[in-house]
Amino acid sequence: MSYIDQAFYDALVQRFSSWPDEPAADASLREQCTALLLREARLLDQGRFEDWLAMYSERCVYWVPGTPGGDPRREVATAFDDRRRLEDRIYRLRTGHAWSQAPASRTVRMVSNVEVFRERDNVEAVMLRSNFLMSDFRSGETRFWSGWCGHQLRRTAAGWEIEVRQVNLIDCDQNLRNPSLIL
Amino acid sequence: MNTSTFFNGLVREDRVHRSLYTDPAIFEREMTHVFGAVWVYLAHESQVPRNDDYILGRLGLRPLIIARDMEGQLRALYNRCTHRGARVCRNERGNARTFQCAYHGWSYYNTGKLRGVPWPEGYACNFQDPDFNLAQVPRVESYRGFIFGTLNTDAPPLADYLGGIRKPIDEWLDRHPGAKVEVREANRLKYKGNWKLAYDNAADGYHVVFSHRSLLEMERRTSHGEAVGMSFYMGKPDNAPMYVQSFGRGHHFKDKRPNVASRPGALWEMEAPHPGMEYFEGEIRRKLGDRAGRALDLAAAEPVNINVFPNLSILGNHIQVFQPVAVDETDATWYATTVIDEAAELGGAVDDVNALRLRTQEAFPNFGEVDDAVNFEEIQRGLAACEDEWVYMHRGLDVPGRVVTLPDGSLKAPATDEIFMREHMKEWARLMTAAPAITVRRQP
Repeated sequence: MSYIDQAFYDALVQRFSSWPDEPAADASLREQCTALLLREARLLDQGRFEDWLAMYSERCVYWVPGTPGGDPRREVATAFDDRRRLEDRIYRLRTGHAWSQAPASRTVRMVSNVEVFRERDNVEAVMLRSNFLMSDFRSGETRFWSGWCGHQLRRTAAGWEIEVRQVNLIDCDQNLRNPSLIL
Repeated sequence: MNTSTFFNGLVREDRVHRSLYTDPAIFEREMTHVFGAVWVYLAHESQVPRNDDYILGRLGLRPLIIARDMEGQLRALYNRCTHRGARVCRNERGNARTFQCAYHGWSYYNTGKLRGVPWPEGYACNFQDPDFNLAQVPRVESYRGFIFGTLNTDAPPLADYLGGIRKPIDEWLDRHPGAKVEVREANRLKYKGNWKLAYDNAADGYHVVFSHRSLLEMERRTSHGEAVGMSFYMGKPDNAPMYVQSFGRGHHFKDKRPNVASRPGALWEMEAPHPGMEYFEGEIRRKLGDRAGRALDLAAAEPVNINVFPNLSILGNHIQVFQPVAVDETDATWYATTVIDEAAELGGAVDDVNALRLRTQEAFPNFGEVDDAVNFEEIQRGLAACEDEWVYMHRGLDVPGRVVTLPDGSLKAPATDEIFMREHMKEWARLMTAAPAITVRRQP
C-alpha cells in the first residue's frame, strides 16, 4: 500500500525547496548524522541492500530528480520510489537476472561537505546536505557519479531513521549510462 | 565503389553484416543518406507551445534549434553561426525572438534571418545575401503534434512517408481527451552501441522473457498472481493474439492490445503497483464513479510499439527517440507524456490521472530498458570479432504460413517474428544506395 498522496507530495516538495542557510552548530548532532551517512554509503558499497533499507522509515522516499530541482508532481524523475518500489528495486537486483547489474558494479562512495539543518525547535527531524562522488567499476570501465544528497531524518527511540534520500546528480538531465544501481 | 552491390551485399535476406554497426564510414554515410534523406522526428509541439519558444535538438549529428518562430511557424534552424561555426544558442530551451552569437555578436531572428553584425561598415559584402542567414532544415512538418524534418527536396509529403503507420499513431493519440498529449521531461539513457541496435529491438517480441526476466519476476512479487505488465509473453508468445506488422519504409508496429480485454479499466488492471497508486486511483473513482475505468486506463501503458524509421518509437505512453552520437554510442531518450483535458472530459480528475501516469512511466526505463541497453553494449563488444561477420535476423523466414500479406500490402506475423527488422534493413540498404537531393534552406 503506497502512502504517497497529494499531501505527501506537497510536503516533500515544499521541504526540499526551502533549505535554510545556517547549519546547526551542534557538533554532536553533526557527528551522528555523518556517521549515518557513512554507514549508508558503506552498506550500499558492500551490496547490503536489505540492511541499507532497514535504515529507512516505513514511509520513505528515494528520489533522483530528472532535472535540477525537478518536481515529481509535474515531471518524471530518474527515480521516485516509495518503500514498495524500493523493495521492488532490491528484489530485481537480487534475482540474478538484472543484466544491467549482473555482474554488479563495484562501487566506492565518498561523502563529504555534511551540513545539518534543523527546523526551529524541532528535535524530531533534521535535514542534511552532503556531497558525494561515487566511483563505479563495471564491465571493464570505471565511471563516476557526482552530486549532492538531501536527506530528511526522523528521530526514533533507536536513533535516526531516513525518511527521504534525494540524489541530485550534477548531470541529472543528461543521458546517463546504466543508472541501474542504487545511487 | 558500386554502392548498390556493396550495400546489397551487406544486407541479405536472412542476415546483415556486422559492419552496419561497427564501421565509422557507414555511420558517416547514414548521417546524410538516412538522417537527412528521410523525414526524421525532431521534437513534439508541446515542447514549443508558444510563439518564440525553442528547444535544442539534433538531426543526426547536426545541432539544431527547434523553434516556433514569431509568427507561429515551426522551424529547425542549424545551431551554427554563419560566421565561424559556433553554436549561437547554448541554452537547452527558452523563449527568444533572436539569438546572438557569443563569439562576435552576430545575431539572428528565430526565422533564421540574419538580424545584424557588429560594425558592418568593416565588410564589403552584402549582408542581405541569404547565405548569411542561419541554415535551416528545408522541410519541417508536424503530424498531429509530432514534428519531423527532412533535408531531401524529393521526399514525399510527411503523411505519405508515414503511410500505414499513421493509423497506429492516430489511435494512440485518439485515446486521449482532445487527442493531445504533453511531453513532461524524460528518462534519459545512453548506451555504448550503434543506434540501429535499439531500432532492431523496437518491435522485438522474442527477447522479452529473457532480457526482462528480472522485471517480470519483480512484477510478480506484488501482483499476487494476477496478470500484470508483460506477463502475456510467458508461455508461448506466438500463440497469443498480439502481432507484429511491417508497413514499408522501415516503419513497424507491435500490437499487444489484442492481449488485453477491451472493457474500460482492463488496461489499468495490468499495471504493477507504483507510488501513489492507491490514493490517486481512489480519487479518480470518487470523482468519476463508474466512468473511472477509461480515466484509469489513460494512466496505464498503452500496449503498443509504434516505430517510425529511423529512430522514433512510440510505446506505452512514451515517445522514445534514439539519437546517434557515434557509430558505437547512442542516446535513448524516453519522453514521458501526460494528458491535457481542455474540454474537462475527465471530470476534474486529469491531475490525478497524470499523478499516476508519471509514476507508471518511470517503471520500464528504471527496471526494463536498462537491461536492453546493457545487451546492446554487449552486442557492440561481441561484434569486435571481425571474422564472425553475420548478424542473423531470420526468425520466421521461410516458415510456411508465418508471415501474412494483408490487403493493404503490410506484412503481419506472430509476436516473436523478425520480419520487421528484415524489412527495415532492406529499406536501410535502399537509402544507403540512393542519391538523395540533400539541401539546406537559407531563405526564411
